[in-house]
Amino acid sequence: MAELTYRDAVASAIAQEMERDPFVYFLGEDVADAGGAFKASVGLLERFGPDRVRDTPISEEAIVGIAMGAAMTGLRPIVEIMFSDFLATCWDIIANQIAKTRYMTNGQISLPLVIRTANGGGSRFGAQHSQSLENWAMAVPGLKVVAPSTPADVKGLIAAAVRDPDPVVVFEHKSLYAAKGEVPDGELVDRLGTARVRRAGENLTVVALAAMVPRSLEAAEQLAAEGISAEVVDLRSLVPLDMKTILGSIRKTGRLFTVEENPRLCGWGSEIASLAADECFDDLDGPIVRITTPHVPVPAADGLEDATIPSVARIVSTVLERMA
Amino acid sequence: MTTDEALGASSGMDPDARIALYRLMYEIRVFEKRAYDLFLQNLVKGTSHLSLGQEAIAAGFALAMREDDYTFCTYRGHAHTLARGVPMAPIMAELLGREGGLMGGKGGSMHLTSIDRGVMGSYAIVGAHLPIAAGAAWSAQVRGSGQVSVCFFGDGATNIGAFHEALNLAAVWTLPVVFVCENNLYMEYTPIAAVTAVPNPAADRAAAYGLERILVDGNDPEGMYRIATSTIGRARAGEGPSLVEAVTYRHGGHSRADPAKYRPESEVNEWLARDPLPSYRASLEASGVPASELLLVEERVAAQIDEATEIAKASPVPDPQVIGTDVWSDGGSAWRN
Repeated sequence: MAELTYRDAVASAIAQEMERDPFVYFLGEDVADAGGAFKASVGLLERFGPDRVRDTPISEEAIVGIAMGAAMTGLRPIVEIMFSDFLATCWDIIANQIAKTRYMTNGQISLPLVIRTANGGGSRFGAQHSQSLENWAMAVPGLKVVAPSTPADVKGLIAAAVRDPDPVVVFEHKSLYAAKGEVPDGELVDRLGTARVRRAGENLTVVALAAMVPRSLEAAEQLAAEGISAEVVDLRSLVPLDMKTILGSIRKTGRLFTVEENPRLCGWGSEIASLAADECFDDLDGPIVRITTPHVPVPAADGLEDATIPSVARIVSTVLERMA
Repeated sequence: MTTDEALGASSGMDPDARIALYRLMYEIRVFEKRAYDLFLQNLVKGTSHLSLGQEAIAAGFALAMREDDYTFCTYRGHAHTLARGVPMAPIMAELLGREGGLMGGKGGSMHLTSIDRGVMGSYAIVGAHLPIAAGAAWSAQVRGSGQVSVCFFGDGATNIGAFHEALNLAAVWTLPVVFVCENNLYMEYTPIAAVTAVPNPAADRAAAYGLERILVDGNDPEGMYRIATSTIGRARAGEGPSLVEAVTYRHGGHSRADPAKYRPESEVNEWLARDPLPSYRASLEASGVPASELLLVEERVAAQIDEATEIAKASPVPDPQVIGTDVWSDGGSAWRN
């Protein structure tokens, strides 16, 4: 077991998969020479050479388009879109082409490719470099979507994404890149579509994703001091969605809170709330509560941004108020 | 319009190849006419975009391609799909929305795909497939397979970002891809000249990517075969991408519902007089191909389209069960447990 940062775990996952499979290629803006804008691909160029680790121009449509054409003809490309906000510039290729091609061609074409992107706020970058867009990807049939919260998860889930025969979008969280955690030695491959109970509890279930997981765990710690026992489920994967784990937890605790960084409307928690209301209504002892970023663009100033994205204090106070 | 004289006046085609070229063009012509008839009978649903008048480009290129080369085309893609040897019946059945369709009814006219024949998809978002075709070329390059990717698109695609992103990266990475602009003078309903900063929307942009300016007569079948042979040859030899602008004209409207009243009658008549089919037929006869041989080709294709139409019409409508298949590689569409 080694302690790695989240960003080193990303590089470690890519290296593991490139080592294993000569058809895995990695490309993106500033990923080779510079080692990535978030330094999540340091050392890969030196290890695998400029043929397999490639810098591209600032051409997001070309980056994901080339990955798609390569994936349909025998490669397993990993591409980096530097900020998830830039997905908007290549959303046609992702949502109209990559997501739909297997279906439209009646299964003739498979697209084993991975789109990694730095998602989320906390860096004071303003509204065009801080969004949490995982719910965009979740809304498009044909995309698998994960958003890991720990170094071990980011390594294992990227590896699983590379090995998956379908397109996977990996939302890495930019405020987690420096976070450290234990990562098992040797080959690590996780399973897509699986949530994890990070903390067992009795009185309520908190479902959280990515950077909202450590905040929810800290909130649970504070709630314990108030005599409230919160179970924290790390969702990890939006598509496929591990409803068994979520529903199992709700049946135990009787209450559901979601903690979402995406803006309010049609955030991933709304789908989970809907499914929970539909499928375990009788197990619920009170309303389902969504704690989200409000439906506004993310402001830049540190004080404003911190007041926008769900914080530990907001999670604690909301739970106390709604459990009262 | 100038055919690139440097390529030589002779196509180097033997008589059999020339007849094969005519047959491909004739197949496309007959198929597209039948598709239009079936639309008028309300059997072809949705939309369809015909290549009537533009057959020489698809046929000339397909004949010059290796069996394992890749075709990427647009929603105006019946011609390119046929030209790679995909049988008529499953294409027609796809247009009719039947179970026996090329994609079982899930794709429709605008998304014809047959990877067995190298038809890697018909793309209905203008320009999107240029980077995708470049990706297939990149894959061929790193796999060392010697395959070439050929990407067909309309003049309208030259003003969208993906065109420029794909050309730049293809040039920077010396990718084995041939970009073929079928300039039929109209971006849907608008003259391309009215919305483009340069007179030749593709050829005039080639220099921006360090590429040779190639402007050819898209209604000259052997000229198309020549330019296809030379550009595909260059790509295969590792000399990088080409951008070909082939000037042509569609005989009908943009899509099935478009009467194309926005085009001056004199212009239409001028181009109808340059219809590549009768003119190529006449040139074959003049060069000594017996009329009886051409007639035989035409009779066979006529029988082929009748048979394909009957097969397509007889194919059942798809079972609604297939709605939930093939979103994922496991064959299903599950998004939760």
